[in-house]
Amino acid sequence: MSGYDKLIFELSSPGRIGYSLPAPDVPNADPKELLAAKHLRASPPELPEVSEFDVVRHYSRLSQLNYGVDTHFYPLGSCTMKYNPKLNEDMARLGGFARLHPLTPETHSQGALQLMWELARDLAEIAGMDAVSLQPAAGAQGELAGVLMIRAYHLARGERRTKVLVPDSAHGTNPASTAIAGYRVVQLKSDAEGGVDLTDLERNLDEEVAALMITVPNTLGLFEPRILEISEMCHAKGAQLYMDGANLNAILGITRPGDLGFDVCHFNLHKTFTTPHGGGGPGAGPVGVRAHLEPFLPTPVVTKTDDGYALDWNRPQSIGKLQAFWGNFGMLVRAYTYIRTMGPDGLRAVADNAILNANYLMKRLEPHYDLPHPGPCMHECVFSARRQKKLGISAMDVAKRLLDLGFYAPSTYFPLVVEEALMIEPTETESKETLDAFCDAMIQIAREAESTPQVIHDAPVTTPVRRLDQTLAARQPDLRWRPRGG
Amino acid sequence: MRYLPNTPAQQKEMLRSIGASSLEDLLSPIPPKARLRRPLNLAAALAEGDLVRHMRALTALNADSDQYTCFLGGGAYDHYIPSPINHLISRGEFFTAYTPYQPEASQGTLRTIYEYQTMVAELTGMDVANASLYDGASSLAEAALMAHSATEGREQIAISRGVNPLYRQVVATYVEGPNLRVKEVPLGDGTTDLAALKKTVSGKTAAVIVQYPNFFGCLEDVQAAADICHEGGALMIVATDPVSLGLLTPPGALGADIVVGEGQGLGVPLSYGGPNLGVFATRTDLVRRMPGRLVGATVDRDGKRGFVLTLQTREQHIRREKATSNICTNVALCALMATIHVALLGKHGLRKVGELALAKAHYAAEALTKIPGVRLRFGAPFFKEFALQLPKSPERVVKRLAKEKILAGIPLKPFDRSLKDCLLVAVTEKRTRQEIDAFVQALSQAVV
Repeated sequence: MSGYDKLIFELSSPGRIGYSLPAPDVPNADPKELLAAKHLRASPPELPEVSEFDVVRHYSRLSQLNYGVDTHFYPLGSCTMKYNPKLNEDMARLGGFARLHPLTPETHSQGALQLMWELARDLAEIAGMDAVSLQPAAGAQGELAGVLMIRAYHLARGERRTKVLVPDSAHGTNPASTAIAGYRVVQLKSDAEGGVDLTDLERNLDEEVAALMITVPNTLGLFEPRILEISEMCHAKGAQLYMDGANLNAILGITRPGDLGFDVCHFNLHKTFTTPHGGGGPGAGPVGVRAHLEPFLPTPVVTKTDDGYALDWNRPQSIGKLQAFWGNFGMLVRAYTYIRTMGPDGLRAVADNAILNANYLMKRLEPHYDLPHPGPCMHECVFSARRQKKLGISAMDVAKRLLDLGFYAPSTYFPLVVEEALMIEPTETESKETLDAFCDAMIQIAREAESTPQVIHDAPVTTPVRRLDQTLAARQPDLRWRPRGG
Repeated sequence: MRYLPNTPAQQKEMLRSIGASSLEDLLSPIPPKARLRRPLNLAAALAEGDLVRHMRALTALNADSDQYTCFLGGGAYDHYIPSPINHLISRGEFFTAYTPYQPEASQGTLRTIYEYQTMVAELTGMDVANASLYDGASSLAEAALMAHSATEGREQIAISRGVNPLYRQVVATYVEGPNLRVKEVPLGDGTTDLAALKKTVSGKTAAVIVQYPNFFGCLEDVQAAADICHEGGALMIVATDPVSLGLLTPPGALGADIVVGEGQGLGVPLSYGGPNLGVFATRTDLVRRMPGRLVGATVDRDGKRGFVLTLQTREQHIRREKATSNICTNVALCALMATIHVALLGKHGLRKVGELALAKAHYAAEALTKIPGVRLRFGAPFFKEFALQLPKSPERVVKRLAKEKILAGIPLKPFDRSLKDCLLVAVTEKRTRQEIDAFVQALSQAVV
């Protein structure tokens, strides 16, 4: 399996075809008669000529070079790599969803609109928000929408604020989204316990601050214990409070962003709500707001009227559109299916088991790896490999050795506030048996670091390729295949 | 609960190892005041079979384009999706993996992205393509921001009114923060008014944006627009439909500096408008300004070829507020659908798809305009989509034809009041002559 080294282009053989198209059934089929020569491509693109079976075998074999949640425990912190139910996939592929054109008249898309309306309502209940837009395509776009709504809110009140506060432990998307929305990003320090440093917050919180953007639980897997105080401090200065909902899985049914004082939060449906990660997407990043921000929601908004469900475009204060159509609907169908599968008690059990699994794993690994911020943790925990580093073994080395032992790796070197970080999120869908096997592997690596470090330095050896030369890739970018001699 | 494996006995055992007497102990950092003391107000859980029944009932209210004849376009198209795509993307190793942060365990994903980047570069005629953005509209907005930074902060964007109005709305949202000014350039007879474009472009212009084929299906003179653009020192951005590029001259050969597009037609289901596929390609010298992920080839320790995410210092997880974009999660699985689609169609198939769509669209246009009072709104050459002027309200025509299971097109009034008597009709390679004839027949009755 690991010997398979081809690109689809390298399977090409002139004259081979992998498609089946109908013969033209209309007259005047010659493009040269319909369009001027300047509009017609002079030479064909260099694309492969392969049979259908070539394609099927090639991509089947490529898939086998991957670790996925279906095949491997995937403890990638902050990404909530839980089981992606097969039923969700079936539902998203139903013809009335998968083959529905976005500009179908509303009279003929009532089922889709109803699903969106109900999902928005359910997400609002889950987050304690008053309204939800399903349009953002991913978490980062949800952040952009949220910050733009905050901006529009302040401007509508005649306030031109210039700064957004973001803790140093935040996801990189937070400062990036904030910057695109036109704000200066001010980084806040974390305190010794990994929470927001209230003194630093106090010092930076003035009337120029549009918002504080924080992740709850934070990227250290810890719940911010002074969240209500932080909320009061922000609101007293007229600043809005934004919650990055990447870690919402931990608090389902336990507490709600709205009840914690947040004005805006986004949801990552590909994390908490089981839509698959797809090798990097698509996801979906709906954004929820309290009532005072509702006028600024992206257009259109799905509404329920006496005549049924409709898209409301008449939103004069809206921040506008984020993508061409209404949202990543296929992902919305999956998340809706999941919520209806779980019900209120099931979702609460999700959070409970996610927390239980993370704490169990943390307890088992604590003797073997440094834990800069002791728990209890929420849905994930962050270890440091600094003890191993003294033996010449980095967090990266630990990650690579895990691949050999049959596990995907935790997130490494994030959050930035932890040296040699190993961020582990087991999720609730993994059993104790799997967690034990993973912990055994982690403990084995800690021992190897002391006794046989070379085996770690050599890792991985069981994967299709060994450690790759990142420097070469960046110095001499080779970003596309070219024909030999081309 | 079937997705939660730990048994009550295991939960107890785990709590014991943790040293907690109950789960409540682990929730102590959460302020009691903010705890939810009731179950979430959601519908009770449904058994799998009941839920399937409920979902089927919802789908029954929607117009499945396999049960209707679809002439809708406007940025999403009913192209044929070959069978292998769904089978291959349904492999768990693809769809349950994430961003390939550990390249040694992600070579499958990385290699498909490298193939995808090559295919997009070939189709668009550009040097380099990224691993995907969200959709055509957000890709266009990202291109505008990139042009702003690549022209050292020029603040105006000239955008043709031939660009999909929904895309223009997204551009307007994205340029709000950096405070760029968008200047719309009017149309002549279906394509950008080049004299007006010339007047709009100045030393302050960061980019000129046209769509090709444009929202009305018409083929712009991209080269002429690019010449005007480059004279002003701006970057030429072309939004395109990659499905057309097997047949049409690629924007890269017409002076484009950045090419974006909606790749949905390359094997991605309509899915009520999302997820789609944001295509993004540019020239080599602009690659470090580019948004989104890039996969590059390299070698491993043993000298074997392998693939990694590269040039990541552009990205948010490294550069934070100085990143070229905030994008993290993209639409990798949709890019995989397109990769498989393009592999199946290969060097010549996409041209054939284009030829069929072109021929059928022209056949339909000719037959439709024989109906008294129906005419083509624009005289410019078109590809697979065209605006029809009708003697009756397009909204009423659409409603009437829906009863005959025909999705007739998109009434243009909501997009432009001056086109309130127009209907935008798209004809893909999937439409048969029989379907087109039935459409013509139904429309001729509806406009009487």
